[in-house]
Amino acid sequence: MTRVWENPLRDPRDKRLPRIAGPSSLVIFGVTGDLARKKLMPAIYDLANRGLLPAGFSLVGFARRDWAHQDFGELVHDSVKEHARTPFKESVWNRLAEGIRFVQGSFDDDDAFDKLAQTVKDLDSERGTGGNTAFYLSIPPSAFPVVIKQLARSGLSDADAQTWRRVVIEKPFGHDLKSAKELNSIVNDVFPEESVFRIDHYLGKETVQNILALRFANQLFEPIWNANYVDHVQITMAEDIGLGGRAGYYDGIGAARDVIQNHLLQLLAFTAMEEPGSFSPRALRAEKIKVLAATKPAEPISETTARGQYEGGWQGGKKVPGLLEEGGFSKESKTETYAAVTLEVQNRRWAGVPFYLRTGKRLGRRVTEIAVVFKRAPHLPFDSSSTEELGQNALVIRVQPDEGITLRFGSKVPGNIMEVRDVTMDFGYGHAFTESSPEAYERLILDVLLGEPSLFPVNEEVELSWEILDPVLDHWAAHGTPEPYSPGTWGPPSADELLARDGRNWRRP
Amino acid sequence: MIIDLPSTSTSQVNAKLVEMRARGGAVALGRVLTLVIATEDDEQLEAAIEAANEASREHPSRVIVVAKGSRSAAPRIDGQIRVGGDAGASEVIVMRLYGALATQGQSAVVPLLLPDAPIVAWWPGSGPKAPSEDPIGELAQRRITDSAAERNPVKALGTRAKAYKEGDTDLAWTRLTHWRAQLVAALDLPPYEAVTGAVVTGEADSPSTELLAGWLAEYLKVPVKRIKSVGAQGIVSVVLERNSGAIELSRPDGRIGTLTQPGQPTRRIELRRRDNKDCLIEELRRLDPDEVYEASLHGLGKIASGATPKAAAAKVSPAAAKAGAAAKAAPKAKPPKETTSS
Repeated sequence: MTRVWENPLRDPRDKRLPRIAGPSSLVIFGVTGDLARKKLMPAIYDLANRGLLPAGFSLVGFARRDWAHQDFGELVHDSVKEHARTPFKESVWNRLAEGIRFVQGSFDDDDAFDKLAQTVKDLDSERGTGGNTAFYLSIPPSAFPVVIKQLARSGLSDADAQTWRRVVIEKPFGHDLKSAKELNSIVNDVFPEESVFRIDHYLGKETVQNILALRFANQLFEPIWNANYVDHVQITMAEDIGLGGRAGYYDGIGAARDVIQNHLLQLLAFTAMEEPGSFSPRALRAEKIKVLAATKPAEPISETTARGQYEGGWQGGKKVPGLLEEGGFSKESKTETYAAVTLEVQNRRWAGVPFYLRTGKRLGRRVTEIAVVFKRAPHLPFDSSSTEELGQNALVIRVQPDEGITLRFGSKVPGNIMEVRDVTMDFGYGHAFTESSPEAYERLILDVLLGEPSLFPVNEEVELSWEILDPVLDHWAAHGTPEPYSPGTWGPPSADELLARDGRNWRRP
Repeated sequence: MIIDLPSTSTSQVNAKLVEMRARGGAVALGRVLTLVIATEDDEQLEAAIEAANEASREHPSRVIVVAKGSRSAAPRIDGQIRVGGDAGASEVIVMRLYGALATQGQSAVVPLLLPDAPIVAWWPGSGPKAPSEDPIGELAQRRITDSAAERNPVKALGTRAKAYKEGDTDLAWTRLTHWRAQLVAALDLPPYEAVTGAVVTGEADSPSTELLAGWLAEYLKVPVKRIKSVGAQGIVSVVLERNSGAIELSRPDGRIGTLTQPGQPTRRIELRRRDNKDCLIEELRRLDPDEVYEASLHGLGKIASGATPKAAAAKVSPAAAKAGAAAKAAPKAKPPKETTSS
């Protein structure tokens, strides 16, 4: 091809046209898992229902179960009916069902992978998937090497100039810097970095993408988004559920590796990064990498971090077991279910502004938010009694649930005396825009099929995250054990002391 | 909750809205636009409100319905406010205007517009000849008409083309989006060859078919032939000719599309006719001028008409053809359910 083809029907001003993925198929490993049933398959149906999947799109499931295509079809059907966001339409389903295949086998079974390769090839000739295939590895990382090797051996990973192969992997991306590098090299052995899509589903959320719009499309916030005005930043991801049934994955991993390394550090990067030159994936990544490289844990680690482990007790009207009583966890488990760390972003914009990151299980309620807390006004021309109840101004980005933004500021209490108290102003995504905003997985799967990498962290980001977290993990491994906390509270006392040392306190989300 | 305010004035309606907000909490917060629906006071009114309520789930808005009642009655306004479960995520104000007031809709609308928020006008039935010069259209940034709901759809489209001003749009255009998306996607794939000609087949009085042909003529700059089918409803098929063979997208049954390309397996696509709710949601997503629509209106003049193919005509029984035409004449009379015809 000497000249680049320009599609005469494409007009950049034509904003109505949805971005439909090109002909392709998706192979999911680990189709019987929770994630595949509750998130991936419903997201695929929702995409089909919105008309965003290409004609002839095909879905191949690979698992050990002894199933026929119809059995797998039934599983997809049921999970779609139960979990899909958009209403179930028989005709949409029928179109999708025509392209559903199942291949039975274990990961070390050469024959099964040869059959898979044949299935993918047949789909291309029967349905016109164009030879383009994405592999979704919804499997534990320990199985990655063998699956990746099988993909290479069976020729499934080979693409020519006209077609593409992409691989999608989920967290955990290793458990420290060393293992992350190993994992990256295993994957990159077969798939070049530009065809590796690491899913961090937080980045698919509208509210997270809106951080960029909030910061860089408005004149209002960016001028005060720095150490001159910001006192500190709190990033919280709390869950009210425990870890029953997840021992296999969680024991020995803990809250910091499970959540802080990926989700919270990505949120930090979006909050703290400089304005990118453009919104091209490259420019965006460059800024995220810059800010992550400037981020370090605050010293001394024994005073700037806290960790905890939930005990048994009463939560929300129910008696719940402590971590040590949950099935599958060792009675001496030192795994933390609560982690809080203090990070410094060492650049001119953020010098001296601590970023407090915390996450935990069995906390007060399920919530994820970023709170930017501002300094107090340098001078208050009121009696000291008038402003006793005035706190610090805060801008809170509520990531989930109840997506939106809260602004907290002081206001006069009605009456004949001057008294200033905190009030909040609320922007709710739910009522201001769309109740039916796409699920994060919909956006991310579509981006994989389109080859649009903006919302996926690259291996450099993953490795930098581990560099930030490793000193904390090493310190924890060498010193003491997690402090117990009651279920339904906001973490162990040491977490409160951590902020009290700096004269601050955690916001109650 | 539905509150009737018979024989009222706009200031009373406004006072009631403020009172309801004070009493019931933040009923009217977070609205992103005002949607003004201008319609006759007949059965299509409820269908239009229902579509607007559904659309409000994605675009929370204040919906002001201006319904023209009997011109011979004494001048008066019957107001009605709907909030909560009866109004989706919006608040609906229905103003029935009688007598001399019936033609003065804008005077009832102005006091009720949301501050600062954009205004969209929608005529679900027969619309003005020049939407931008209509008193209600003048208020709005975006004016949505529906040529398919006019008595003579194709002629109405011609009128729209002549009167086009930035901000105009038509639901006949919105109904095309899926078709256009598929055709654009088909040309994104190899072989990368220029299109040498195009044929668009569809019902004789389908404005969407005309617009599709206009769009192709304008953008491909090749002869586009328009063939009028008898019996089948709406758009039937599009053929893009290339040296290596034609791309054909056809939808004979009004539901499932078939995409054929040389050297590739036939692909089936869900290509159901879109209901008003879907179209309205798409329209409200963007409020800037639609240059592509303007270009397609411009392309209408470049279409060559073809003869009605005898084979297609022979296959359809006269009764079916008649039924199709009847459905065509009053498409808006039906609730916007998914099995709408035409």
